[in-house]
Amino acid sequence: MLGWEFPPFISGGLGTACYGLTKAMSKLGLEITFVLPRAIRMENSSTCVKVRTPADVNNGKTEWEVCEQELRNIKFKAIDSALKPYASAETYRHEIEEMIRNKQKLCGMGGGIAGIDEFEAQAHYSGDMYTEVHRYAASAVKLAMQEGFDVIHAHDWMTYPAAMAVAAVSGKPLVVHVHSTEFDRSGENVNQMIYDIERAGMHAASKVIAVSYLTRNIILARYGVSGDKVEVVYNGIERNGNGLNFGRIDINKDEKIVLFLGRITMQKGPEYFLGAAKKVLEVMDNVKFVMAGSGDMMRKTIELAAELGIGSKILFTGFLRGEDVRKVYERADLYVMPSVSEPFGIAPLEALNHDVPVLISKQSGVSEVLTHVLKADFWDVNEIANKIVAVLKYPPLQITLREHGNFEVRKLRWEDAAERCRQIYLQLIEQAVCV
Amino acid sequence: MPSVCFYFQVHQPYRLRHYTVFDEDHRYFDTFKNRAICQKVANKCYLPTNRLILDLIRRYDGRFRVAYSITGVLLEQLAEYAPEVMSTFDALARTGCVEFLAETYYHSLSFLYSRGEFQEQIFKHMDTIENLFGQRPKVFRNTELIYSNDLAAAIEEMGVFDGIITEGADRILEGRSPNFLYKPPKEGNVKLLLKNYALSDDIAFRFSNRDWCEWPLMAEKFSHWVNRVNGNGYVVNLFMDYETFGEHQWEDTGIFNFMRQLPDEIMKHPDNNFKTPSEAIKSYPATDVINVPGLISWADTERDLSAWLGNPMQSNALHELYRMEQKIKKVGDKTLLSDWRKLQSSDHFYYMCTKYFADGDVHKYFNPYNSPYDSYINFMNVMGNLEKRCGKSQRSRQKVLR
Repeated sequence: MLGWEFPPFISGGLGTACYGLTKAMSKLGLEITFVLPRAIRMENSSTCVKVRTPADVNNGKTEWEVCEQELRNIKFKAIDSALKPYASAETYRHEIEEMIRNKQKLCGMGGGIAGIDEFEAQAHYSGDMYTEVHRYAASAVKLAMQEGFDVIHAHDWMTYPAAMAVAAVSGKPLVVHVHSTEFDRSGENVNQMIYDIERAGMHAASKVIAVSYLTRNIILARYGVSGDKVEVVYNGIERNGNGLNFGRIDINKDEKIVLFLGRITMQKGPEYFLGAAKKVLEVMDNVKFVMAGSGDMMRKTIELAAELGIGSKILFTGFLRGEDVRKVYERADLYVMPSVSEPFGIAPLEALNHDVPVLISKQSGVSEVLTHVLKADFWDVNEIANKIVAVLKYPPLQITLREHGNFEVRKLRWEDAAERCRQIYLQLIEQAVCV
Repeated sequence: MPSVCFYFQVHQPYRLRHYTVFDEDHRYFDTFKNRAICQKVANKCYLPTNRLILDLIRRYDGRFRVAYSITGVLLEQLAEYAPEVMSTFDALARTGCVEFLAETYYHSLSFLYSRGEFQEQIFKHMDTIENLFGQRPKVFRNTELIYSNDLAAAIEEMGVFDGIITEGADRILEGRSPNFLYKPPKEGNVKLLLKNYALSDDIAFRFSNRDWCEWPLMAEKFSHWVNRVNGNGYVVNLFMDYETFGEHQWEDTGIFNFMRQLPDEIMKHPDNNFKTPSEAIKSYPATDVINVPGLISWADTERDLSAWLGNPMQSNALHELYRMEQKIKKVGDKTLLSDWRKLQSSDHFYYMCTKYFADGDVHKYFNPYNSPYDSYINFMNVMGNLEKRCGKSQRSRQKVLR
């Protein structure tokens, strides 16, 4: 399995998804070799994967020992590719930065779930990404020749060149897993290079896994992949003991909290959140809107809040870490995700897991699997505000959403996603034998 | 001997329009949608079925008889959006073979929350029926066949009814047959007619189900089942939504042909006949007492109130609505009162049901909202505005008084 991030080296949804999926696959008895682009210095992490500080190994390869019992079938390989200084012109450098930012957008709701701060996240993705991608590919091939495996499973475009190379060398079937596309990250401002890589990867693959039908449709319409090749496997969520929430802290009981938690970027629709906030404040006063996260639209968003004259009602917390995330969820009355485009969106599941009702945009993959949530079009600021007001005004609505939502989210299990992947693998292996 | 007693429930609520917390006008109802649905159902069900029933009554020279319970809110809508349906009901009334039942005018759950309002709505409904069809109802059916000992007592107390119609739920029958007449534990005149849900649902729900082992259901087969009751019951009560014909079961399922042939097949057996509820009550004695301490209804497999009162949103919306009763009535504004009463239709609370919501089933089919949460939000927004109106009218009245 080829990935770009894995806890604790994550900046968002992709790492969380890879972690949940591989852990569940391991439980099913699948043996996985997880290849990461490079080793990163690690301090004591808060996640349950314990990783030894990687010792430099010859061959540009590092192996970690995973102590956790649940991940016993997973071997981690990291290709040690040191950061390369930029050797190109200033414009090119700018483009790289744009790419990095896109990558961070992709990682999406990173704000909440990552256990590393902004600076480290930057460090994780800094460098010349294009070169990185290809260096990763070259090393992956070397590594693949030393490993035994039946299927290649690649997560998102950064790993596709590597995966295609490994597939070509080994002749094993390739599965590409699309957690997001360039269209989600950049709207219509598509980076041609990334698009080309995505397209090539999808076409080279024997099977494409999409995280939602929304994403599947994009793959069919924008990348010209034939429909019988694309399967939908929804993400899951881990229930990690949040049942102790009855002691909700209510510092100021009269004040309601509406939460936006995620990267403040175009894809996440922060301006619609503010627009709705403005409308809500027209009819209610005792509300605060918390925007937890950072991103390239942070400054613009702060300015917009001031422009709308609601600056004092919007709290920007910046990027939040583990414990702070838990606290902000405990205080929140409603979680709002007004994403313009969201292939899946694990964050609403996390909110439900923390007993916070959610309002999500209809333009998100996760809205395909959740029914006990509120939904609105991301552009329909009026309707978003209408629903926010209702949740704040009518406790029975909040109670019912919380009860049913929490129950529903328990049914979304990584075990089921892993099982679906296993079926796809078996099918591919069988086909390979037949040929 | 068994008599077949048909009663059809005919109802459409006033559906609400999308109403946000920012709306301030008093137009709560979706006139466009209500008209469209009314006309659609009129064309698919009310008109063809009324014509068919009228034909059957004429063909069998009055031996084929049925009963209807038409809600006040539907009668209002029909008069406005599909007046041709009104004239066919009028024709049916004039045959003398059709009985009209009484119920709460607004198809409401008022029995549970306000006995005063409950009675007012029943009288309003009876007056309307008498005005339109020239007969004063003698048999009562409560919304969704909701029933308990208390309801029977309340109806007995009104002193104008001979009988009540309710569900022949297993847990109240305790092994007895629904094909007899019963009486409530408290002494009185009122008799109970219980729905034979097995045979009723064969027509209303299972008729077009191809996975059902009895599919396709023919009139001949069905009348054999009715004949089996012979010697073990007086009356087979077939109670169902009128929309079964042409709307829930589409015309191409053969439902109209089934109905067209049914009287013939039933009456092939010389002991069989058709009776309206009042006639059944007059003809047969009550054989036993039925004790119903808790509330029952005809909904879902649970036959309880969980479809309208199953979650905190529904309970909250209902309590808030009836909490306004005194305020609304004090204002004395007719439109305000009628708006408030239209909000009482049980459908509004049914839309808020979270039971089965995720599975998508019969509840979804009847639901104009995408989710129960949307329906609650909409309802509460409308009610918020209604309450504001009370305050305003009261203030202006006080000004006048001063």
